Parts: sequence; C-alpha cells; structure tokens
Amino acid sequence: MGFLDNLFGKPSANHAKNRLQLVLIHDRVNLNSATIELLKDDIINAISKHIDIDPSSVRIEIEQQGRSQKLVADIPIRPHSGKKQ
Amino acid sequence: MAANVLTVTSGKGGVGKTTTVANIAVALANDGKKVVCIDGDIGLRNLDVILGLENRIVYDIVDVVEGRCRIRQAMIRDKRFPELFLIPAAQTRDKNAVSPSDMIRLCDELRAEFDWIIIDSPAGIERGFKNSIAPADIIVIVTNPEMSAVRDADRVVGLIEAEEKKPPYLILNRIKQNMVQRGDMLSVADVYDLLRVEVIGIVPEDENTIIAANKGVPLAIEGKSRSGVAYRNIAKRLCGEQVPFMKLDVDTLWDKLMQIGKGN
Ligand SMILES: Nc1ncnc2c1ncn2[C@@H]1O[C@H](COP(=O)(O)OP(=O)(O)O)[C@@H](O)[C@H]1O
Ligand SMILES: [Mg+2]
Repeated sequence: MGFLDNLFGKPSANHAKNRLQLVLIHDRVNLNSATIELLKDDIINAISKHIDIDPSSVRIEIEQQGRSQKLVADIPIRPHSGKKQ
Repeated sequence: MAANVLTVTSGKGGVGKTTTVANIAVALANDGKKVVCIDGDIGLRNLDVILGLENRIVYDIVDVVEGRCRIRQAMIRDKRFPELFLIPAAQTRDKNAVSPSDMIRLCDELRAEFDWIIIDSPAGIERGFKNSIAPADIIVIVTNPEMSAVRDADRVVGLIEAEEKKPPYLILNRIKQNMVQRGDMLSVADVYDLLRVEVIGIVPEDENTIIAANKGVPLAIEGKSRSGVAYRNIAKRLCGEQVPFMKLDVDTLWDKLMQIGKGN
C-alpha cells in the first residue's frame, strides 16, 4: 500500500483478507512458496522426460475447498510438431 | 439431565473469551437453565471477577482434582440466579496441575445435575487449551476481525479438527461497524470466507463491556446494551432457537444529514 493509497484512505480490509488468505493456506498445509517452487521444478523435470511441455507455462497452486486444500497442477502440452523425435 | 459441555477458546489472548463465558452463562441462567462455569485459566483466573464472585472463593479446581475438597465445596453459587455456579481456577498453581482426563472426570461428575457446563479456556494451544477442549461437546471460538486473531483462530480450528471433535462455532467479537463500512476492518463475511466456521454470534465493540467488568455484572443480565443483546441471542442459538443476527450498520454522516433534512 503506497503513500497515495494512505492519503486517499484506500481501504485496508482487502489487504488484510488477501494476506490472510495466503497465510492461512500455508499454515494449514505447512507448505511455503519456496517448497512449492522446488516441487514445480521436480514436476517439470519428471514430465519433460516423457512429454514436451513449456516450463514457463506450468502452474502449481494450492486451491481451497471449504477448509481443505488441494494441490492443482496446470501443465499445458506443446502441440505436436509433426517431426519424429 | 445430561449437560452440554461448552468450551470457549480462541488461540489468541484478550479477544473476549472470559467476557463471552460470563455473558452466555448469565443469559442461560436467566432463561432458567442450570449452569456451572469452570475457569480453565489456571494461574491467571479472571472469570471470578467478571462474574463478581471473587470475594467468595474458598476452594478451586486444583483443590478438587487433588482431593482437598469435594466438587460441591468448590462451586460458588451466584446469588443473582438460583442455578448458576462457578468453579474458580487456582491462582498460585500452573496448568500442569490439571490434566485432560481430570477435566473429563470432573465434567462427567457434573453432567447429571446441570444443563450447561461452560469452560473458559486460556489463550494458547498448550496444556490449558487441551484441558479445556478434552471434555467439550460444543466448542466456540472467539475471534476479533483482525489479522493475528483470525490467524490464531484458524490454527485452533485445525487442532480441533485433528482431535476429531464436532466442527466448532465462531463468535466474532469487537466489530467496529463504522470501520467495516469504510473498508478498514474485516467484515463478518470476510472472516467467514477465511475460516469457514459457522458463525453463531456477532458482537459489536461496546464500551459498556468495561463498565460491566468494573461492576462484576455481565451485560447480558440487564436490558439494553447491544453486546448484551448479542450474547443473549447466542445463548438462544446454543439452545437451538433460530435468532436472526442483529443489524450492525451505523448511519453514515450522509444518512444523518438526510434524516435531519426529513425533520426527524
Ligand atoms: N465487545 C467488546 N467491546 C469492548 N471491549 C471488549 C469487548 N469484548 C471484550 N472486551 C474487552 O477486551 C478485554 C479482554 O477480554 P477478555 O474477555 O478478558 O478476553 P480473553 O478472556 O479472551 O483474554 C477486556 O478488557 C474486555 O473488557
Ligand atoms: Mg480470559
């Protein structure tokens, strides 16, 4: 929240809610963002051995359903180039 | 008669547990229920002063557990109600003087004679907290609409889930509706979104709370204060009644000007 936000009284409750959302996920599953990055690298490596994927478009996120959370991986596959591997 | 054991807990300290226990207890007693409160905050007892019973303590919960008195001897009767009692905490001992199985045994001994056994849990998630939730049939978590209180409440919900207790209820205390309306305080909906725990009470910030504590007369005993009404509603909901949540909205300056304009 910058100086201008303060000056014009931009509401702080949204910040609180967004920050808490992240804090609670990590408290509940005992996972931090560094671990998720490591996991992401491992997943990319494992999948790349078999399938052609673009590492930069892979998303690994913790999604919430009520009070439980699940790990969701979104891994787009590169279109078939026609060439034989 | 088979009492419900209700435990009020929070994780974070100072959010209003003791105030909540005192108010729910007098509200239930007012409705003719037989109620005994147990102060679970050994070493930092407070429920006695909030209920105005501090001058009548002879024995405490540790005396009962260690066999120096019978349970009846440690129960202080609240003279304002025929069937409201307090079992005070020990002030000079530490939490390890009582164990979770002591608490279960104590409550089992009381169940037959009461409608409600209400336990005031200490802050934290250590022994005193474990003692307090061990015998609980119903757990209520008190929190404030504020970062650390909500975070700690979530930790406590997780621990209660791990104990395989029934899902707890939530009381949101000290809501400053003017701050909520200008977007500077988490709303009830926000906190529900974050915690996903069923809300059983919404209590506004109310400076009468301090006056009530000064006098040793919980607000739910008497008529009008907003938080007193909120606590009486919580007591009714705990007994299974459907009671709508009270409107917290405060008039904005604009609303007030409009009212003046309309001549009221
Ligand atoms: N709704 C409220 N409005 C204003 N003050 C409150 C309210 N609820 C609690 N308080 C005050 O907050 C302080 C802590 O309350 P207490 O019930 O002792 O919390 P806890 O038992 O969780 O430590 C007390 O000074 C009490 O008077
Ligand atoms: Mg307390």
